[in-house]
Amino acid sequence: GENGTLSREDFQRIPELAINPLGDRIINAFFPEGEDQVNFRGFMRTLAHFRPIEDNEKNKDPTASEPLNSRSNKLLFAFKLYDLDRDNKISRDELLQVLRMMVGVNISDEQLGSIADRTIQEADQNGDNSISFNEFIKVGNLYFVYLET
Amino acid sequence: MLLFPQCDRERSVAMEDFWAIVLAGLKVWVCLIVALLMVPAMFGFSLGISETYMKILVKILEWATLRIQTVNKEQQILKSSSFNGLVQRDDGSMEEELRGLRRSRPKPPVGGDFTLSDCFYFYRRGIEDIIEDEVTQRFSSEELVSWNLLTRTNIDFQYISLKLTMVWGLGVFVRYCILAPLRIMLASIGLTWLVIGTTAVGFLPNWRLKSWLSEWVHVMCYRICARGLSCTIHYHNKENRPRKGGICVANHTSPIDIVILCNDGCYAMVGQSHGGLMGVLQRAMARSCPHIWFERADMKDRHLVTKRLTDHVNDKTKLPILIFPEGTCINNTSVMMFKKGSFEIGGTIYPVAIKYDPQFGDAFWNSAKYNMVSYLLRMMTSWAIVCNVWYLPAMHQQEGEDAVQFANRVKSVIAHQGGLVDLSWDGGLKRAKVKDTYKEEQQKKYSSMVVGSEEDRSSNSD
Repeated sequence: GENGTLSREDFQRIPELAINPLGDRIINAFFPEGEDQVNFRGFMRTLAHFRPIEDNEKNKDPTASEPLNSRSNKLLFAFKLYDLDRDNKISRDELLQVLRMMVGVNISDEQLGSIADRTIQEADQNGDNSISFNEFIKVGNLYFVYLET
Repeated sequence: MLLFPQCDRERSVAMEDFWAIVLAGLKVWVCLIVALLMVPAMFGFSLGISETYMKILVKILEWATLRIQTVNKEQQILKSSSFNGLVQRDDGSMEEELRGLRRSRPKPPVGGDFTLSDCFYFYRRGIEDIIEDEVTQRFSSEELVSWNLLTRTNIDFQYISLKLTMVWGLGVFVRYCILAPLRIMLASIGLTWLVIGTTAVGFLPNWRLKSWLSEWVHVMCYRICARGLSCTIHYHNKENRPRKGGICVANHTSPIDIVILCNDGCYAMVGQSHGGLMGVLQRAMARSCPHIWFERADMKDRHLVTKRLTDHVNDKTKLPILIFPEGTCINNTSVMMFKKGSFEIGGTIYPVAIKYDPQFGDAFWNSAKYNMVSYLLRMMTSWAIVCNVWYLPAMHQQEGEDAVQFANRVKSVIAHQGGLVDLSWDGGLKRAKVKDTYKEEQQKKYSSMVVGSEEDRSSNSD
């Protein structure tokens, strides 16, 4: 829109984003709970998660609050993309929904269900059949190892 | 009481003198224009005035660029690093990136796997595309590397020096008060001549003389229009110029493309018939040589369109058709998808690449932002329009190649010659949303990574 805010349609006009299977979840991450417009500040806050980490930030004052693009904040951002109902847990249903978004109609429900079960089994450590943020971090840290090598 | 008539008479004499002077000035002005601009245009030679203007302009712009750079160095403004875009991308394919993400896990016996971190690939791509994507940036004007003293291209304005501001002010005066009225007058003369000339030629019976005359009238009027925009055009490889009975295909940046191409040859145009001034032009042009104008309703009927074009192409005495297969104006940094309709006709295709130099004036018509009249005014108040036209060797559809592949082949040849980015996105995305089939392709690709492809499974079960 021309009034200094973005709506979801504005994001969907980007063709590469519109064909991204998880495009809708990414667009959703920009909008705060229940709102349909995001202003420039909110836009920048979300994008700030993806700023490359600069070396001099490691030596910063330890009492300052953690910068948005720190590793754990990045993981929290990814966790929220899975956690559809924002209850700080990824349940089997939520995982199934995101999986369905990613694969479309190409995989049957049973197969998808077994993939979801297997994933939760591997990651779940306290036996509540869902993935909490701490359990998610363990998976995510492997990704950062990949990035840094 | 007696004084007033005295004053009145003096005033009226003064007024008459004034008008006499103005009239005399106008006569001189018109004679100058005819001699210096119209006569060369009619006979196709050049007096070198525009070349001198361009040389002076280039020197001024170089001086301005140096000034801006020296001042920037003094202020130590941070330069962006060597990324040629806003984001640093890893351009791996989906398979490569996902394999890297899953590296730390043991490879399962049956090909195919899913991890929670798979989604990172999609998120990263999505955010990269939000920041800078390949498509939406093609629908707005190109950003210049250094400022060219036009307010419209000034992105972050900083006061540099008094001299530069004075040069800019002088430029504004020259462009708006001297060049623009001159150009507007030339353009109107050119268009009027076009209508009159083509109508006159249309009355002649169908001799060979008629087609020769009609070509001459067309080219002359387009040359006058080109002077009206201060165009400097460099034609390359003239031996490949489109010939009769062929189809000329070019990338589209603005309506001025037609003026540029028609300065060097005569083409039959294809398009929708309009009302008003455009309609007058179209009907006049159609009288002297056959153009193809469609009614709006007919455009929807693809068979009708194809039939008319095929008939025109098969008649070897008719002029080559000029088509812009992108279907919409793109900002001259890339070439977007060519619609396959023109490539199904089966004639010889003559590709032409047009590249404008953005330093002297931005020729892109952003039809969402400017209507035709304000666009033309912007053109007439730029420094000049400088462009290169490359005629490429003729191409034919090969055996076993369908229209889409042929179109892509022509497109990449044009993009390569003009130094433009070759994109396969549709220019219609300017206004329409992307089709869901593309999303489904992406999903299919990912699914094969999750469950493994059919060959893996069958070979493992043996």
